[in-house]
Amino acid sequence: MQQATTLFHRRLRLRKGVGDVFHILFLLAVFVGIAGLLTLLVQVLVQGLPWLNWHFLTSYPSRHPEQAGLLSALVGTVWLMVLTAAFTVPVGVGAAIYLEEYAPKNWLTRLIEVNISNLAGVPSIVYGLLGLTIFVGWMALGRSLLAGALTLGLLVLPIVIMASREAIRAVPWTYREAAYALGADKWQVTKGVVLPAAIPGVLTGTILAMSRAIGEAAPVLAISALVYLTFVPTSPLDRFTVLPIQIFNWVTRPQDEFRGLAAAGIIVLLVILLSMNAIAIYLRNRYQIRSEG
Amino acid sequence: MPGSSIIEVKGLNMWYGNFQALRNISLTIPRHQVTAVIGPSGCGKSTFLRCFNRMNDLIPGARVAGQVLFDGQDIYAPGVDPTEIRSRVGMVFQKPNPFPKSIFDNVAFGLRINGYQGNLAEAVESSLRRAALWDEVKDLLHKSALALSGGQQQRLCIARAIAIEPAVILMDEPCSALDPVATLKIEDLMRSLAEDYTIIIVTHNMQQAARVSDTTAFMTMEEDRAGIVVEYGPTSELFANPKDKRTEDYITGRFG
Repeated sequence: MQQATTLFHRRLRLRKGVGDVFHILFLLAVFVGIAGLLTLLVQVLVQGLPWLNWHFLTSYPSRHPEQAGLLSALVGTVWLMVLTAAFTVPVGVGAAIYLEEYAPKNWLTRLIEVNISNLAGVPSIVYGLLGLTIFVGWMALGRSLLAGALTLGLLVLPIVIMASREAIRAVPWTYREAAYALGADKWQVTKGVVLPAAIPGVLTGTILAMSRAIGEAAPVLAISALVYLTFVPTSPLDRFTVLPIQIFNWVTRPQDEFRGLAAAGIIVLLVILLSMNAIAIYLRNRYQIRSEG
Repeated sequence: MPGSSIIEVKGLNMWYGNFQALRNISLTIPRHQVTAVIGPSGCGKSTFLRCFNRMNDLIPGARVAGQVLFDGQDIYAPGVDPTEIRSRVGMVFQKPNPFPKSIFDNVAFGLRINGYQGNLAEAVESSLRRAALWDEVKDLLHKSALALSGGQQQRLCIARAIAIEPAVILMDEPCSALDPVATLKIEDLMRSLAEDYTIIIVTHNMQQAARVSDTTAFMTMEEDRAGIVVEYGPTSELFANPKDKRTEDYITGRFG
């Protein structure tokens, strides 16, 4: 016993002190994040709210700040989101279904999987240039909404694929087994059991992807290159601009008033983003209740 | 035609990759009876059961040799569609596995995928009645099946299986996740279902096999862990006068 006490040098106070230091450090780390976000929000609200009115939402850009609005960018963003989702969701979910349910588990499948994950990390401007070459150039879609949507679609496709795969993989094998035992074929199992159970996860991934897409300026700039647009697009083949580009344009103007306009634009962008997230959460909960409650 | 056989297994061997899981099994399953398969853990009871509806096809590397004749037709013959077999040989699993859908949709699932032309609501009701579940769920048909108790879920799975009018129902330890009361209800149900269906049940519970089955197969494994059927015959005889030493050791609790 005597021996044991001398062999240990417990230093309880020092250990506790070190623990407390880390506790405080981690707390500070949280504050840095929250403080940054709050400062940003407050600054944007203070600067932008005075400029945010009906006129701002329904007018075209102008070199006179008091007359300027973001109608063309707002409509362009909504168009672009709808078209991007229409392209990305079917292709992304389809690819996820193939990889999870159909693909043989071999080296080629694994190679494809690794590459999809890597694609999610490619800088967005690279996608912009790719879109410029393929959709605007080779496919001759022009600097159109469609070209922009396909480019953004490629950009966020990996996110949709990876999230959908996770969701599909999380569906218990016992559900599939039960369906097969009733004489279902692969597609009936997938459509009737796997997809309905995976929908909440797929929706979450989709909304993450759309949230990423809505804030992108670089690839859209490469495709559209337009900032000053005094009409709203009426078809997918029309030219367009989007909120991040309009905001960027206003920020770069010398006059102070335009900074207020930029802040107001940011508020609009944030509201759209939060609404999209809210819809996704609502849909997800609805499906979850239907399947579990 | 009770008394006749519905399935005839001839020289069945089965492998998972290089591992032989079943060796040289031959037996005949009597029609409209309950046949139990008992034996120690890992002897291949479930694997054997899954040979009757080709569920093993879903496992990569699984391979079967020999014949399983269902009404005289080999279900492993080239050109036989396993989905066709599975709509005539239903299955109930160890853990109740209703779909995360409503009670109604669970029972209707098999009807819909098999292109049922009759009245869906009537078929769902009659299946739930035959599974002795109707009175408990008739007001909850559009509620989620996952809200039911374990025993109710398992009877729902039975209703789901019989909805498509299979000739045979395979049950893979259907009561192992249930309490004794729920277990008794399922056992009663099995007896009454045997009037219309042929039931093959895998169970690790010898009392259950003795209570519900007409015929019992005792399986064990050989040195290389391949499953074999040691003894097969009327349940009363197999339990009262086992012919093989290994059967006797198992049912008297000396092994397993």
